[in-house]
Amino acid sequence: MQHPDAPPRSARPGREERTARAATAGDADPRGGQGPPAPLRLVAARTAFDLATLVFATSAAPADLPPEQAALLRACARPLSVAELSAHLGLPLRTVVALLGELHARGHVELRGTREEQCRAASHPDPTILKALIDGLQRL
Amino acid sequence: MDYSVYELPSLSSPSPRPSPRDPLPDSAERSVKVLVVGGFGVGKTTLVGSASEIRPLRAAAGTGPRVAVDVGRVTCGGRLVLYLFGPPGQQHLWFLLDGVLDGAIGAVVLVDTRRLHDSFPAVDRLERGGVPFVVAANLFPDAPLCPAGDLRATLDLPGSVPVVTCDARRPGSSRGVLLTLLRHLHTTAPRRNTPPRRAM
Repeated sequence: MQHPDAPPRSARPGREERTARAATAGDADPRGGQGPPAPLRLVAARTAFDLATLVFATSAAPADLPPEQAALLRACARPLSVAELSAHLGLPLRTVVALLGELHARGHVELRGTREEQCRAASHPDPTILKALIDGLQRL
Repeated sequence: MDYSVYELPSLSSPSPRPSPRDPLPDSAERSVKVLVVGGFGVGKTTLVGSASEIRPLRAAAGTGPRVAVDVGRVTCGGRLVLYLFGPPGQQHLWFLLDGVLDGAIGAVVLVDTRRLHDSFPAVDRLERGGVPFVVAANLFPDAPLCPAGDLRATLDLPGSVPVVTCDARRPGSSRGVLLTLLRHLHTTAPRRNTPPRRAM
């Protein structure tokens, strides 16, 4: 990628437009003409799941559960985040979210830190939580 | 606080890492999301991996191996989990960021002092989204030392945004960056209780 010597960020005219254009270009054709993939945000917006939402199984997998859902349920016998479940099972995030949605609807999993809760916590950060994270990191 | 001096707290070496599939303790009930963003090849994957207590993971966010989010984790006590997510740096993959930006408590903008302008889109996006952030210059061996003032001026950063340097390969250094972010958030938290933070 060629980069001319750049002026300061503030001096670049229409910098936000440029970013927006880059994003739009990515939306339109990130894989070479196969059409736009559903942006993660659209999937996430319809669900209770954030990347960092903790999921844990509340029951053993019933016999009639499809194999992928059963594997997912086994993977979250102890709490794990949506992102970790995706990585561990080698499944795309949107697939994991769709499967978890079904498991949640059937009462097989519980959630801690839903998307809505994450957003609320981020817009009103709890100093106690921040302090606990600082202390935790310092202890490592 | 004076961030013109590049100093990070020295941290002891990390304890042995649990295996990558180590589940969280049953008591885990609260997760906090921090993003590590920046241009392509700036060391985001390295920083997420070195700060993490688990082997770095990649969650596929689309089709193709490069469309993935780096995942790292640090558990604090039995109840709290800090998650690090590093979305792809390429601008044409930035549509993914809209999904990860929501609910993030803060972000680290990792920069290469030789290619500061690569981080402009990241800074723009965080400012637009009202996500608080710190800037960390990843000190590549052959990169010129960039005075904090120059970096701040080029990135057009408000004085309140902390600027530090790091070696993303070192866990202590990477966690030091996270500490800088968390302290910044802790310092500003009471004042940020009235949205929005930035007029469009």
